[in-house]
Amino acid sequence: MQKNNFTEFLIEKGLFLTAIFSIIMILIIILFILIEGFPAIQEYGFLNFIFGMNWAPSEGEFGVFPMIIGSICVTLLSLLMAVPLSLLCAIFMAEVAPNNVKKFLKPTIETLSGIPSVVYGFFGLIVLVPIMRETFGGTGFSMFTASLILTVMVLPTIISISQDALKAVPNEYREASLGLGATSWQTIKNIIFPAALPGIITAIILGMGRAIGETLAVIMVAGNVALVPNSIFSPLRTLTSNIALEIGYATGIHHNALFGTAIVLFLIIIILLLVANYMQHKYKIDAGSGYL
Amino acid sequence: MNRIEVKDLNVYFGDAHILKNINTEIPKNTVTALIGPSGCGKSTFLRTINRMNDLIPSFRKEGDIILDEEDIYSPKYDVASLRKKVGMVFQKPNPFPKSIFENVAYGLKVHGIDDKDFLHQQVEESLKAAALWGEVEDKLDNSAMSLSGGQQQRLCIARTIANNPEVILMDEPCSALDPISTTKIEDLIHKLKNDYTIIIVTHNMQQATRVSKYTSFFLNGEIIESNLTDKLFIEPKVKKTEEYITGRFG
Repeated sequence: MQKNNFTEFLIEKGLFLTAIFSIIMILIIILFILIEGFPAIQEYGFLNFIFGMNWAPSEGEFGVFPMIIGSICVTLLSLLMAVPLSLLCAIFMAEVAPNNVKKFLKPTIETLSGIPSVVYGFFGLIVLVPIMRETFGGTGFSMFTASLILTVMVLPTIISISQDALKAVPNEYREASLGLGATSWQTIKNIIFPAALPGIITAIILGMGRAIGETLAVIMVAGNVALVPNSIFSPLRTLTSNIALEIGYATGIHHNALFGTAIVLFLIIIILLLVANYMQHKYKIDAGSGYL
Repeated sequence: MNRIEVKDLNVYFGDAHILKNINTEIPKNTVTALIGPSGCGKSTFLRTINRMNDLIPSFRKEGDIILDEEDIYSPKYDVASLRKKVGMVFQKPNPFPKSIFENVAYGLKVHGIDDKDFLHQQVEESLKAAALWGEVEDKLDNSAMSLSGGQQQRLCIARTIANNPEVILMDEPCSALDPISTTKIEDLIHKLKNDYTIIIVTHNMQQATRVSKYTSFFLNGEIIESNLTDKLFIEPKVKKTEEYITGRFG
């Protein structure tokens, strides 16, 4: 008994330590970013930094507003394309597809998420950019091109998580609806999809996180001009691109301003998570219970 | 007059032969109980009548099930309209995670009825028929999940009745309920039997004797004996039936 209790104690504390360890690592990173970024924001002024339209490090101008808009636009546009596509795909895989089709689809989609982002970027650069240039004019480096690449990159995330959410809907609901004479599509639309909605929202949030954080593939096709884009065919620069492009040679206040960019990105992600959490909570209540 | 005729029915799941040469007739507006040990094919038989087994890819059947002189497995028979006509109440209460009103109105809505007044009237009538109206009339917008297990099961019955079915299949509707809720459901079955043809699967012999007029005894996928409930329980013709109802196996 004594020995058993001691093992229990060790396991419990061990689990606690591992949990604490990851939290501490994240806190250290956040602290580091804050310390490095703060001087730039202090010197340039918080509002100037956030709403400044001009990013010209050589002239001491550090306005990240174009990059904020760039990040948000490219993320929203890619979600606009990825969400319907991946939800329909998830519904097909969870509810409609026969087993042998599923066996083929699932590994294919999982492979998509295993492809390194540089490969996506390379594909975009070599294949998509020329197509865009010929179809829509301009250089081909644009918000639209970057969004297309991001769409493909977030598909596997949204598909696999929303598929899990759909599958987690108790079979009893399915039977009850079909048993009342509803068709498969009515059952999916009225019962299964609403019941899986909290999980589907989680899937979209994680997809959004992937899109807003993706750097390399976006750098390769977005054009990286630090200006507010005026159409979906304009080139743009995202917050992550801004850091990656300039951190190699930045010194002094410029270096701090790049960490300031990271702070802004961090804030945006926190705001998005709060909104998403709120929506998840709201729809859970609407669904009637917390069974998921 | 017979509502359902079953002719030479054989059901397979893959290689497993679940129902063997079932021949039976279910009379109109009566309660028929299906009894038998677990795994004898009672539920499979029930789910063959509203084609719920179609959901299982390995399902295969031979023979015919005739409902009102129509073969329900004929290719031109519409499954959705069959399931509207042949409602089902499941073993575990399974209301949708929606409001009480939406649960009862669901069947009507999926069949294209959206007239608000008519929906309200039907919901009220169905809840009254299911002896639940008095308990929920002032909280129709509350989640169905807030009801007790017994109330949820009566809600599921109300939901089935709202579709105005002819046949109601009940798959051990009281097995997850406490004795008081069970009594309420049994009273309800008595009330409904004049208007609906009810087929109930039960593991509870007393329940079979209490609610049903006819009883069929299933064993290993075959119907061993079918008779008026009173006769089957008092003087069973087959030895196996006697052994089962006296509790010697099962």
